[in-house]
Amino acid sequence: MSGEPVSIKLLAAPFDPGRALSEFTAAHPDAGGIASFLGVTRQSGANEPVQHLILQCYPGVTERAIEDLCRTAHDQWPLLGVSVIHRYGTMAPGDPIVFVAAASIHRQEALAATEFLIDNLKTRAPFWKKEVTASGSRWIEPTLEDYAKTADLHPAPQGFKNARR
Amino acid sequence: MATLLFFGRLGDMAGGVEREFSLPEPETKLKTILDVLNREDLVLGAALRDPSTRIAVNGEIVTEMGCIKDCDEIAFMPPFSGG
Repeated sequence: MSGEPVSIKLLAAPFDPGRALSEFTAAHPDAGGIASFLGVTRQSGANEPVQHLILQCYPGVTERAIEDLCRTAHDQWPLLGVSVIHRYGTMAPGDPIVFVAAASIHRQEALAATEFLIDNLKTRAPFWKKEVTASGSRWIEPTLEDYAKTADLHPAPQGFKNARR
Repeated sequence: MATLLFFGRLGDMAGGVEREFSLPEPETKLKTILDVLNREDLVLGAALRDPSTRIAVNGEIVTEMGCIKDCDEIAFMPPFSGG
């Protein structure tokens, strides 16, 4: 694996985040700092246990949106590389959903870029999440707090009123 | 014929993610398509027109109600929830 500046994978099948981090680290031998974030499927929803989570994407368009975010991160910080792995399809509780990693010479840039990427993936990448429980299913939409984290780049859509989780 | 894609909760409301749409004219205004969908189903029509719904034509988000041609793909996207 070469130390490519941007690596994006959209996967229908489960992935091993430990291996993803090892491979990313090996690909960036010049890094002095590697930061990563792992998002996993929650065990419980608003009121009851989650049976599974369904994540929908828009093939082609979703990859392009993630690529744009990665390029923005590169423009903003001196990074050696970033990696985003995102699941789609059906996931069980505890399954990894998203892995983000950034490599830089010093830790601050890697940490900042990782936070930027995960915050913006929530509201700027075309994904739609449905939580399935014993009593039914519901689509989950981002909260106003999610938008607040990325407000400078991407305000909540006009008319957006969802304040619940 | 154009392809309509309904993502997230809009897919449940539309009865499926994808459907073909017969264009009344070779170049049909997006607004006309929304009017037709609204006549078919007022609840879906209102959700598609909601300001929080983003519309993409051939993968590019549009803010103007331009024209749709044969083979175009129109995606209706409620707020994203990745990560």
